[in-house]
Amino acid sequence: MLRFIRSRLLEAIPVLFIIATLTFVMIRLAPGGPFSDERNVSPATLAKLEAHYHLDQPLPVQYLTWWRKTLTGDLGPSMRYGAHSVNEIIGHTLPVSLELGILAITFALVIGLGAGIVAGLKPNTVTDYAPMSLAMIGICIPTFVIGPLLLLLFALRWQIFSVSGWDTATDRILPAVTLGAPYGAYIARLTRAGMLEVLNQDFIRTARAKGVSEFRVIYKHALKGGLLPVIAFLGPATAGLLSGSFVVEEIFDIPGLGQHFVNAAFNRDYTMIMGTVLLYAVMIVVFNLLVDIVQAALNPRLRLE
Amino acid sequence: MKQRFLSIRQYLLPALIPLLLCSCGREPVFLKSPAGQPGDGVPQILHLGNGAEPKALDPHVVTGVTEHNIISALLEGLVTENPKTLEPQPGAAESWTVSDDGTVYTFLLRSNGKWSNGDAVTAPDFVFSFERMLSPGLSAEYAEMLFVMKNAAAFHEGRVTDFSQVGVRAVNDHTLEITLNAGTPYFLSMLNHYSWYPVHPPTILKHGKMDERHTPWTRPGNYVGNGVFVLDTWEVNKEIVVKKNPLHWDAKIVRLEAIHFRAIEKALTEERAFRAGDLHVTSTVPLDKIEKYQQNSPELLMVSPYIGTYYYLFNVEQPPLDDGRVRKALSMSIDRAAICTHVLKAGQLPAYHFVPPDTGGYTSQARVTYDIAAAKKLLAAAGYPDGKGFPGFELLYNTNESHRKIAEVIQQMWQKNLNINVVLKNQEWKVYLDSTQQGDFQVARAGWIGDYVDPNTFLDLWITGGGNNRTRWSNGDYDNFIASAASTSDAAVRFEAFQKAETILLDELPIMPIYLYVSLSLIQPGVRGWYPTLLDHHPYKYVYLE
Repeated sequence: MLRFIRSRLLEAIPVLFIIATLTFVMIRLAPGGPFSDERNVSPATLAKLEAHYHLDQPLPVQYLTWWRKTLTGDLGPSMRYGAHSVNEIIGHTLPVSLELGILAITFALVIGLGAGIVAGLKPNTVTDYAPMSLAMIGICIPTFVIGPLLLLLFALRWQIFSVSGWDTATDRILPAVTLGAPYGAYIARLTRAGMLEVLNQDFIRTARAKGVSEFRVIYKHALKGGLLPVIAFLGPATAGLLSGSFVVEEIFDIPGLGQHFVNAAFNRDYTMIMGTVLLYAVMIVVFNLLVDIVQAALNPRLRLE
Repeated sequence: MKQRFLSIRQYLLPALIPLLLCSCGREPVFLKSPAGQPGDGVPQILHLGNGAEPKALDPHVVTGVTEHNIISALLEGLVTENPKTLEPQPGAAESWTVSDDGTVYTFLLRSNGKWSNGDAVTAPDFVFSFERMLSPGLSAEYAEMLFVMKNAAAFHEGRVTDFSQVGVRAVNDHTLEITLNAGTPYFLSMLNHYSWYPVHPPTILKHGKMDERHTPWTRPGNYVGNGVFVLDTWEVNKEIVVKKNPLHWDAKIVRLEAIHFRAIEKALTEERAFRAGDLHVTSTVPLDKIEKYQQNSPELLMVSPYIGTYYYLFNVEQPPLDDGRVRKALSMSIDRAAICTHVLKAGQLPAYHFVPPDTGGYTSQARVTYDIAAAKKLLAAAGYPDGKGFPGFELLYNTNESHRKIAEVIQQMWQKNLNINVVLKNQEWKVYLDSTQQGDFQVARAGWIGDYVDPNTFLDLWITGGGNNRTRWSNGDYDNFIASAASTSDAAVRFEAFQKAETILLDELPIMPIYLYVSLSLIQPGVRGWYPTLLDHHPYKYVYLE
């Protein structure tokens, strides 16, 4: 187990290195820079600004400096939000995005597993078609439609929730639902398929023949196998949630990291781009590793080694 | 196996509960119904939509409107603005005198002027601030604003190293003397730009060197200002809260207790927050919603002239646009009024000259016209009768729904009226900036917002080699008129020079004015003392809620 984790972490090093290097090269190839604006700054001022952020040094030097500082945990000052460093901005906004992501995936799991199990137990009946049609809708409608729609109904018309902000517990509900809905829908379909497959297996028939209660059959025997595809999906889902939170954050005015991840590229905020990309890469590596561990724990046929 | 599965669940659930519970208490929403409850009991807390997260709160390093809105609450310049007319009125200075030739201003600072930590606001504070703004090391983007002062440009560029040579001097603690290069009639209104605001010297020096960018002095707790409000909290991407400054000399007339500047980047999100009563005033209005508000609740919509012009740039080095007749034909064949009524729809006015009308009392006499027959003749004279043989060109704009609509309409007008084909090309903002700066374009959309209320802020754009002259156009007479306007303080002579310059500009047309900007916002009925102004400034001192 530990050997597996260690080897996976070692594998992550070249992955992160390649991601950071490619990002560094690509953002420098993009036209425009952090200080270009509709009003030109004078060439002398521009040169001084670039010197201030060490952009006047040769690219390889900048690249190495960035790594040296990053490895000591310093992602540098933001080139757009000069008053704050990238570390500070991530420190303020990452907890918000993580909370949103965790709530969204929790919502997705609760809804998805529930609907999937119900549908899988009685295939091709109303209790199958109804949740599966809903799931299809959930997958098809993008968050930038669901979000404003939910706001229109629950916040503006019925005034149950507030329209924007991230202050009270109830402020979490609509964003989490919006962000989690497509994943919940996908999980529902995966669960249904997994359940159908497992419920037709011999060991389920054996269990039923032995007189095991239906609840026990489902909970103890079927679910464990049926959940495997869902667990496998959680890795990519987490990645999607993280990078997809941008739209939801904008709609609900949530002070999360997603908008920095996207806007940094538009602003050519070099340090912020590097910082957020590296952070997301690390998080995705870690979440995939966690998913692998859970998967192996659930499926004795899989060996971690 | 089972053990592990359970342990994950055991960790997950407790991890979630604090997340749900630890959310800090939300202040009660001040207005449950958007209309508000008039009466004395209204809490004097103003909630403003303020667009993007501000880049910084240091007046000497920022460049934007978002930042202006907050900094103008925290700091006060020598003069302030009348809330309706923006006329300069006493601020940190209680009075001033001007020498006969208009080049020496002597400001008398008020004796009860105080920084938010209790220190007196003194003339040396202003000298320190101007030196900081101009110091080469700070590389302030807006340092040019101070170049009207004697030797300011030389000091900034390093040709003069002794700041005492620059035209600002503290005669004594409460007397500040500023010497200008020439009589500058708009000087006082310029002083309301944040580049002229004072900063508190001990605070700056406590957190870094004088010319160091982005030291922690602008953090809540550190910020010392002389404005009507003091910085209370700054939550990145969320909001900045300022509270009334009890030490301000005019604190007794200030009715607002606090202002919340919300960072809401997306116009649609902001509009929803307004509709729910979370905001008193928005920073903009989504384009698609303007008509709805005009029809259903026009009283909530504030549309006011804004000192800015939307125009197209011609790259005069690129054929066929190097031919003045072609540029003129292009300009004459677009129906600006139709663009305003059918595309923009929010009350924008067609721009027939570059400087918005009545800018500091100046309105251009020269005008561009809409005359298809004359345009056709010009195009024929340039060698393209009825558009035959016209090589076409690319029309560049930065990716944006409204720019696209306008470009498409103009493309059709040129096609229909001149029978010429134009290709539209859009680029992401920074790429577009790079292309226009490098001259890698033929025709490009652009906009210019005046920094102060005077034709100079528009017309000095197009001088030969001007930092923002992306057209590559150059005209010696034009340069001379702008230079002669800058060297006289006689208003009539100045305006005459500007008239001549703009006549040349509109005859040669390196740029093609299209429409005049308006500022758009949504405003709750209970907001008082908030008037439409040309610069979209709203001195908070006079604002209150009912």
